[in-house]
Amino acid sequence: MSENNAPGKRYWLDRSENVTLIYRALWVVGILLLVADLVVHRHEEIGFAEVFGFYGLYGFFACVALVLAAKLLRKLIMRPEDYYER
Amino acid sequence: MSVEFPTALILILGAALVPLLRGWLRSAWLLILPLLAFAHLLALPEGSFGAIELFGLPLTLVRVDRLSLLFGYVFLLAAFLNALYALHSRDTVQHVAMLVYAGSALGAVFAGDLLTLFIYWEGTAVSSVLLIWARRTGESYRAGMRYLVVQLLSGMLLLAGALLYAQHSGSLAFEHFTLEQPGAWLMLLAFGIKCAFPLLHNWLQDAYPEATEIGTVVLSAFTTKLGIYALARGFAGTEMLVLIGTVMTAFPIFYAVIENDLRRVLAYSVNNQLGFMVAGIGLGTELALNGAVAHAFADILFKALLFMSMGAVLLRAGTVKGSELGGLYKSMPWTAGFCIVGAASISAFPLFSGFVTKSMIMAAALEEGHVVVWLVLLFASAGVFHHAGIKIPYFAFFAHDSGIRCKEAPLNMLAAMALAAALCIGIGCFPSALYSLLPWPVDYVPYTASHVLSQLQLLVFSALAFSVLMRTGIYPPELRSVNLDFDWVYRKLGRGMALGVIEASAALYRLATVPTERLLRGVLARIYRHHGPEGVLARTWPTGSMVLWVAILLGAYLVLYYI
Repeated sequence: MSENNAPGKRYWLDRSENVTLIYRALWVVGILLLVADLVVHRHEEIGFAEVFGFYGLYGFFACVALVLAAKLLRKLIMRPEDYYER
Repeated sequence: MSVEFPTALILILGAALVPLLRGWLRSAWLLILPLLAFAHLLALPEGSFGAIELFGLPLTLVRVDRLSLLFGYVFLLAAFLNALYALHSRDTVQHVAMLVYAGSALGAVFAGDLLTLFIYWEGTAVSSVLLIWARRTGESYRAGMRYLVVQLLSGMLLLAGALLYAQHSGSLAFEHFTLEQPGAWLMLLAFGIKCAFPLLHNWLQDAYPEATEIGTVVLSAFTTKLGIYALARGFAGTEMLVLIGTVMTAFPIFYAVIENDLRRVLAYSVNNQLGFMVAGIGLGTELALNGAVAHAFADILFKALLFMSMGAVLLRAGTVKGSELGGLYKSMPWTAGFCIVGAASISAFPLFSGFVTKSMIMAAALEEGHVVVWLVLLFASAGVFHHAGIKIPYFAFFAHDSGIRCKEAPLNMLAAMALAAALCIGIGCFPSALYSLLPWPVDYVPYTASHVLSQLQLLVFSALAFSVLMRTGIYPPELRSVNLDFDWVYRKLGRGMALGVIEASAALYRLATVPTERLLRGVLARIYRHHGPEGVLARTWPTGSMVLWVAILLGAYLVLYYI
């Protein structure tokens, strides 16, 4: 464990090109899942969920909307850390 | 010896011995007690026993059925994990409180009547607050006080509701209620506080992150799930709960995205997961109720795992603030790995526990035709992956390297996390084991090509959204801050109003008393002038003047008579 704590040690994830590699791999997985959507016919309880890529698009835009809304919320409700202590 | 006594007593009476034990003896005792209680639970026959009579009302101390057994099993699993996680600590207060708290929660789920429920209900409140105070800081003391007030309020509402109910129906039995029954609303409110309904929720996010690294883990298992149990027993199928649960899944995730304290982020996600269960209870079908209690079971384990990993970070790095952390996977690789298992479970990745439990609730919502509810739940599912699944491990263990280098978590903590992680994966890979314990028969199949594909799409594209926002710099950075939530109403507005009322009444008092006092002083001074030691009327007069006056009076009499 002690060698893990050596401050100078470089890790695989410390190199930004490796992080980019993971990022691109994630896109590849996403696209493969969309391709799978064409092959597998999903049986859904509700009609519109059978539309191509419904879950992927919903997940993506739900998260973007969530973060943008939360950023706006921050303007309204964010206070200094000692707000309740003053 | 008959086994027909409350299992809770094993933990509560066993806790009394803890202060007498030291070292490995205490460690062994802490681990043996939950196992002993578990063995007792297995030996218990189904049915009701421990009947006693109080003021003419029959009480049932123990009622064993499939619903109470399911919660009993998972509470004892949690109690064992907690004991293992707490072994490195020498804090007797926490060891005792932990056992009494678990015992009270256990007693409550096996309570057959409302009065027994109330007693254990209060037991959980009083024992659990010690886990917050055990942090021994001013902030935790105040947060614990606020927590205690809310918990005791819930108990008072439960008692008031139970007595009102008993007065009208002549029975204290804890069965299914309808909202038309007298007292039912009060009990729903009492349960709602424990389940952290919207606007009744803030005690959770306020107090849990202020507890010790052990305390938060223990707290996350019992109080809210006891609320879920009580709600499932008393108010299953109450339409209103669908709406309440749906709101609960959605609103906390906005807070979770911008919260800096990672244990508080998890507290918001507790709230979000409770929402799924409350919605399931509201739907009230067998599939939905099975889903709700199965999700409670899974949630206790993966939430414990997540809180354990953050507790380990707090212990070793000294903080769980996202703004201070990063790169900890270098120092704590095992903790990071277990945290990711917990994150995958709460996010409902296939092969992890959340996948096989949460989906039952969502399937039930569609079966009942609640399309909007389903869409919100789907939004919340993406959101929980975003804030608990990615944000927690990312900001603690990855992100930019904070430069913090610390030791890996103690061995007992790692063992507890490993066990919890194994259970999360076990449930996810072999759901039939959990399904066979559920109160109603299950014919739900989680692993279909459609379900796996749709869930993977949802999660991978949520992760892509996170990555894109991160790389473009749109994602809000972790900042040292507090975010106003409903607790502002009583911590700022209410406090301000109370201080205002005190000041106003003091001013009013001064206004009323100052002139009156002046008037009274004047009157008193006048009386003093006439009657005081130097006053005219208090003077001692010489006898001679008396004789003179008598002579004058007699003289006057004589003169008058003569005339």
